[in-house]
Amino acid sequence: MATIDMRNVRKSYEQHEVIHGVDVRIADGEFIVIVGPSGCGKSTLLRMVAGLEEVTAGEIAIDDRVVNDIEPAHRDIAMVFQNYALYPHMSVFDNMAYGLKIRGTPKDEIRRRVDEAAAMLELGHLLERRPRQLSGGQRQRVAMGRALVRAPKVFLFDEPLSNLDAKLRVQMRLEIQKLHRRLATTSLFVTHDQVEAMTLAQRMIVMNAGRVEQVGTPHEVYQRPATTFVASFIGSPPMNLVEGTLEADGLRFRCTSGDHIDLPQARHDLVGRALVLGIRPEHLLPADDGLVLTVQLVESLGAESFIHTRLGEAGPELIVRAGGLAALRFGELVSYRLPADALHWFDATSGLRIDA
Amino acid sequence: MIERRPVANLVSHFLLVIGVLVMAFPIYYSFVASTRTVAEILTPPLPLWPGAHFVDNYVQAFTGSLHRIGGVNLGTLLFNTTVVALAIAVGKIIISLLSAYAVVFFRFPGRMLFFWMIFITLMLPVEVRIMPTYQVMVDLGLIDTYTGLTLPLMASATATFLFRQFFLTIPDELVEAARIDGAGPLRFFRDVLLPLSKTNIAALFVILFIYGWTQYLWPLLMTNSNDMNTILIALRKMVSFADADTQWHVVMVTTILALLPPVLVVVLMQRWFVKGLVESEK
Repeated sequence: MATIDMRNVRKSYEQHEVIHGVDVRIADGEFIVIVGPSGCGKSTLLRMVAGLEEVTAGEIAIDDRVVNDIEPAHRDIAMVFQNYALYPHMSVFDNMAYGLKIRGTPKDEIRRRVDEAAAMLELGHLLERRPRQLSGGQRQRVAMGRALVRAPKVFLFDEPLSNLDAKLRVQMRLEIQKLHRRLATTSLFVTHDQVEAMTLAQRMIVMNAGRVEQVGTPHEVYQRPATTFVASFIGSPPMNLVEGTLEADGLRFRCTSGDHIDLPQARHDLVGRALVLGIRPEHLLPADDGLVLTVQLVESLGAESFIHTRLGEAGPELIVRAGGLAALRFGELVSYRLPADALHWFDATSGLRIDA
Repeated sequence: MIERRPVANLVSHFLLVIGVLVMAFPIYYSFVASTRTVAEILTPPLPLWPGAHFVDNYVQAFTGSLHRIGGVNLGTLLFNTTVVALAIAVGKIIISLLSAYAVVFFRFPGRMLFFWMIFITLMLPVEVRIMPTYQVMVDLGLIDTYTGLTLPLMASATATFLFRQFFLTIPDELVEAARIDGAGPLRFFRDVLLPLSKTNIAALFVILFIYGWTQYLWPLLMTNSNDMNTILIALRKMVSFADADTQWHVVMVTTILALLPPVLVVVLMQRWFVKGLVESEK
């Protein structure tokens, strides 16, 4: 049980700064997912918490104890790696017991804790096997078991599900959720997969290029993305973003391409600014007298279809989500309206959200 | 090779058998000679079947005293050679393991300098550095000691390099997992690295044991006393230019016994490291 405090944490390799000051406070027992595209520094941040990377500047505190100069072994954390990192020459039992053995835990205590963790992860019958005799999913469980038996203050997960096939990934995701509900250990989970982030997180940290873009619950992040980056990163397909300005009446949005979008409600406060208008594909509603769009391409997934459309001749592309199978052809015209409460406004230069 | 024709089969088997005979016959003949008396060996034609003096000759070799090698018996020679070969093999493996471990897993000033220093010694075999090494050994008073016989042969760039290449294939995450589990550097070395290097160690041991066993030039320089001779040196000393002065039957016994340990090591260890290869744990 522990809190994690990151205070203006920075990381540089030689002269090159890769993490530009991260400030996050994680509450006791929270499940936090750090999500971002590859190379955004999310793994580096996690490894700094683990103690595998040095912190260049700033402070990381676990349970109010600054751990910058403390060895990973003494931080009371456990980590699950993407490649599992099991010791290939040890049995499953020994893999799980190794950390306890080093700490001098009595033998019967080790046996009890490993058995307990093995039962929790349904590994009981595999304890004598070697890692190479296990399937990917089983190895993943052993890696989790190794973390569990230590009963640490913090669990760190470094993209633990990315090496599993789609079906197992869903299953393990559910199991991780169940485990967290049961143990309520503070957890930090790194992934590039937004589905994992949305489903697992109590709060998520969206990172991009070494900066935190937004910290919030999955709902907050989805419903009120703080920046254009978050808007385009979370959600599949991503939010439609159109650059342009408002005309003097505050009702007509003039795109940079010259096409215009009529708004349902005037926004006089935004007139004269360089703007980005955002709307999610699922929020565009069919209407007879709405925005006229030309169909470019339809992706039918069965339960839903994504209609790729274009505004005008060379205007912005907009993706529309429609329920069921859409029977539309290239070049057909469709009409959609933009509900007033579904519009997101961002400043075009800073990319930051503009709230009403 | 893909075709299966009886004639081709016959020819290839014939050639193989000839090859085996060419390889094995000298060894067989040594064995035959080691069971006969000097007179029988020196009288043509060469006898092709083992004689009746097997026990006599071998007992004589172990207990008797040949004046040409200073009355040292075969037991002492075998013991010396075993000590030298084992010390070189084990010493080389330990030193190479540790230096490769340092070079691969630790960041310290001059790391690459040390690596290159080790690497450059590859270009300096024993024969090249024999004079200065000999001088150093004399100055240290190590002539006629096991230390003197083995120490200069222990540093090995080849083995260091081999272990370095192997260590580089160990994923960083494994090292990190061990760090989080709380394994210190020595613990990691003992619990993770050593077990994973088992097969490499076995293979190297075989090569290095034979390397140590067959050393000739260095032991020749380092030993003045007959008590410290290795079996190869003694073997050379036993043979005189004059047949009458050479105890050929004892020479042959010595030859056979000099052959045995390396063969045993290869046969026994080969099984072990083939098993290791089959059960590859990576």
